[in-house]
Amino acid sequence: MAQGTEPHMQIVAFCCRYCAYAAADLAGVLRLTYPPEIRIVQIPCTGRLDTLEVLHTLEHGADAVMVAGCLEGDCHFQRGNIEARTRVKRIKKLITEIGIEPERVEMFNMSSAMGRQFAEAAQEFTQRITALGPSPLNAERREKTEIIEM
Amino acid sequence: MDLVRMATARVVSLEPLYKETVPVRQSALVIGGGPAGMMAARTLAEQGFPVHLVERQDTLGGSLRNTYFAIPDFDTTTPQQLLGDLTAQITENPRITCHLQTEISRTSGFAGNFTSTLRKNNGEKTEIEHGVTIVATGGQEYRGAEYGYGSHPRILTQSELETLLAANAKLPTLADPLEIDLESIKQTIMIQCVGPAEQYCARTCCTTALKNALLLKERKPEIQVIVLYKDIRTYGFYERLYKAAREKGVIFLRYDDAHRPQVQLTEEEILQIKVTELTFQKQFTFEPDLVVLSMPLVPSDGNRTLATTLKVPVDQDGWFLEAHVKLRPVEFASDGIFLAGVAHYPKMLDEAIVQAQAAASRAVTILASPERKAGGAIAQVDPELCVGCLTCVRVCPFEIPRINTQVQGVGGLWGAAYIEPSVCQGCGTCVAACPAEAIELLHYRHAQVESQVFSVFEVEWIDRTRKR
Repeated sequence: MAQGTEPHMQIVAFCCRYCAYAAADLAGVLRLTYPPEIRIVQIPCTGRLDTLEVLHTLEHGADAVMVAGCLEGDCHFQRGNIEARTRVKRIKKLITEIGIEPERVEMFNMSSAMGRQFAEAAQEFTQRITALGPSPLNAERREKTEIIEM
Repeated sequence: MDLVRMATARVVSLEPLYKETVPVRQSALVIGGGPAGMMAARTLAEQGFPVHLVERQDTLGGSLRNTYFAIPDFDTTTPQQLLGDLTAQITENPRITCHLQTEISRTSGFAGNFTSTLRKNNGEKTEIEHGVTIVATGGQEYRGAEYGYGSHPRILTQSELETLLAANAKLPTLADPLEIDLESIKQTIMIQCVGPAEQYCARTCCTTALKNALLLKERKPEIQVIVLYKDIRTYGFYERLYKAAREKGVIFLRYDDAHRPQVQLTEEEILQIKVTELTFQKQFTFEPDLVVLSMPLVPSDGNRTLATTLKVPVDQDGWFLEAHVKLRPVEFASDGIFLAGVAHYPKMLDEAIVQAQAAASRAVTILASPERKAGGAIAQVDPELCVGCLTCVRVCPFEIPRINTQVQGVGGLWGAAYIEPSVCQGCGTCVAACPAEAIELLHYRHAQVESQVFSVFEVEWIDRTRKR
């Protein structure tokens, strides 16, 4: 990929197979655009979202993590999204302790029919992260890279 | 480019998934002995499968017992004739076991292998084994205090009017039973969209109201029938009933939420209804002999309890929720559990019956084969990492993991979690909750999810745990 087109931020979105991933798919079918910073990873249910996986994602270069699941009460697996909500809260607390803004991890809820809402949520989230700038972890890493290059 | 890299990273770590073969118990459990339940039971029995039909009340029939009149020009048989035929076919069929005055107290298992406990009213419990479950618990007519219902013997519901028309007798449901002589009635006012129907359209009430309005007109053409409505919705071809009613002289007056009809009793005990007609913006006062409220169908009392027992979802109004409106309309997301009839949402009799037949046919796809493949993308416990902390047992929405005392966990201690492959739904909630990372969801292993993420940042995924 050419250097000039490299997206500035890197955001990983964990989407549940039944709702959010389908919503993202629908956004595509509706020809709605969402920011190129978003990288979607499919998981069966947001209940599968492992705290450590989110932390690893942030550790290795993501500026933010978006978690998107079904509407509350509509989870295909009954309450996976409720579990995820609790976990996202916990992750926010954990990253605050090491100096990362809690706003970098957010949970979204949408149904599989909400393609438009997915695109909107992705756009708003990307704007929020762009305003925040790169993750503190990344700033350090980028500096290092520059020094080596010189 | 990233997307390709991500997909490749995942593909590299994929592995074949294996399914297990489990025998199928080739019998069915049908919950609800109304028209849908009876039809589902009959359809299954006719195809050769033993059926347990469970009914809460002491007779079969459900709401069909209070339906007397067919919809003119549409129904081929009268409801009572259908009730008689179905009941006879059910009781005569040796493959159908009827459990009257019985409810489901517990159910466990998975498609092809369910075990349920039936509890009779007298406390007697029976355990049955079955391969599929069909939920056909129906609904009931709403009985709220809207528009003065229950405060005056001449304020009825549509089904009470139907009973009255059928028997012209006393109505046991009223607090103060009163012999209503049809001959004495000069004016009847029907009010549509009562109570919960202000939130959702209950589908059947407009058609029922028109059916009864036409019956009244047929019995005594001089009766003035006025229908106060917000929006007449006679689904499908029932629109013809509306046309017929207009031709017979039924008067339709529209109201809106800001101008609901006011029902009141004067000092001389006369029923009065004040209506604001929207076109003329003028208030009318009627003194009808009979006020008939089009009470909508609401879910049966037991729906939410049953939903919890079967672990299937209901929507915000309490109706059972199918897996997919268009692609899987007669089944639940959990395999082997099907739904039919009004338990799903209000339906006309013919629709309920067709859905019952559809549900039975879908159920046969499981019952017809002596064995079934199960598993695939499911969670697996590595007993050598399991400390037996019960976290998975607690978080699983389907209560599937259990501690197997025959297996050694961490440190050679007896007792490690075990997840039955044929029941696991594959949501992965236990995977994320497991503090020892002893559980892996096949097809969504930690390696498979993380390597995908890491490939975005061009970082190599390193397995940093002891095992995996």
